[in-house]
Amino acid sequence: MAEVQQKDGGKKKGKQKKMNIRVDFTPMVDMNMLLLTFFMLCTTMSKPQTMEISMPSNDKTLTEQERDKVAASRAITIILGGEDRVYYYTGEPNYEDWTSLQETSYADDGLRAMLLGRNQEVVAKIRELKKEKIDTGMSDEEYDKRAGEIKDAKTAPIVIIKATDDSTYKNLVDALDEMHICSINKYAIVDITEGDEWLVENYEKKGELTDQIDRDQM
Amino acid sequence: MPKVKVKRKSTAIDMTAMSDVTVLLLTFFMLTSTFVEPEPVQIAVPSSVSEIKIPETNVLQILVEADGRIFMGVDGPAIRVAMLRDVAEQYGYEFTDQELVNFQESAFFGVPLSQLKALLDLPLEDQEKIMVAQGTGVPIDSTANPSNEFKAWVKAARKANRDVRISIKAASNTPYSKIHLVMSSLQDIRENRYNLITTLKSVAGDF
Repeated sequence: MAEVQQKDGGKKKGKQKKMNIRVDFTPMVDMNMLLLTFFMLCTTMSKPQTMEISMPSNDKTLTEQERDKVAASRAITIILGGEDRVYYYTGEPNYEDWTSLQETSYADDGLRAMLLGRNQEVVAKIRELKKEKIDTGMSDEEYDKRAGEIKDAKTAPIVIIKATDDSTYKNLVDALDEMHICSINKYAIVDITEGDEWLVENYEKKGELTDQIDRDQM
Repeated sequence: MPKVKVKRKSTAIDMTAMSDVTVLLLTFFMLTSTFVEPEPVQIAVPSSVSEIKIPETNVLQILVEADGRIFMGVDGPAIRVAMLRDVAEQYGYEFTDQELVNFQESAFFGVPLSQLKALLDLPLEDQEKIMVAQGTGVPIDSTANPSNEFKAWVKAARKANRDVRISIKAASNTPYSKIHLVMSSLQDIRENRYNLITTLKSVAGDF
């Protein structure tokens, strides 16, 4: 049935030519490797990174003032302006002195240097902890726990991020990123107030508006 | 003296075993990988140093285009249909079974409910094109509650799947005012934890 019928008698019976049944698998392996590389790269590379943020809930009966009431000595307010500009002031806004608002940048020596400077203590401790983690092989959970404790220190700065409508999403993510880099655990994204907008405007005009206030008051 | 016979060794290596291994690995990767649903619009996300990966399932994606249009997408066709049923009921729209099937076929949607019916009646392949070309995105409003369909959709997604994670994917040049609308809407419905999708940026120094 499945045998091939041979026509010329029984002379050659049993002396079929031995076929080499070995197949060369090299091209097959080549192709598989290629596909494998493709799938491996696709699965790991396509996963986007993400930042987790939690916002304060709205329905707690907090008034605007209460929410803003953080210890003035620890508070840093960052105002994200248009055209990739960023300003900051520490503590309470000082409407009298336009130089209380300072301009900085998203570059390494701008916002990050300022925040690292303010958060020196925590940053130093986190570094030590990292070293310890490498030396002792601490578990990730314990590291996270201890890092959290360090970051929650009473002296750590609290950053308030206020974005103007001119700023872009990128600015916001950059600012949040700086928080991450500078080990700042307490930060909040807060709606900008008129006072803050005024501060920026005053800064741009180099204090001209301050004079107006004074005149109005007199 | 007989000549020394050098034994000829074949240089061909048996690749069968190798082939076995690669096929096995290939099967594994093919089975474990999930296909990324194509997004209707290209969005250039900003970069950050965050290294957390987004989970693959149970994600409600909110795409925010630079002009503020919002598209939403959920994985899982069943959840999509449940969402549509829920939202349609709230707003008093009715969809036929065929429309529901059409809705669950496309991963992303971004039209007001009033236009959704007309869109779903179109042939499947035209839907996305027309949605991107003419759609106005999911309506989002800071003040008027009833017209904020965005909130209704997010609520419906939460209802359909309790473990859903909200992730916002916004273009880096989106004005903050648009993002603010999304964030405050989420805040209003007590969705206070969400993810912002970014790409990885390398950073100098070891902070």
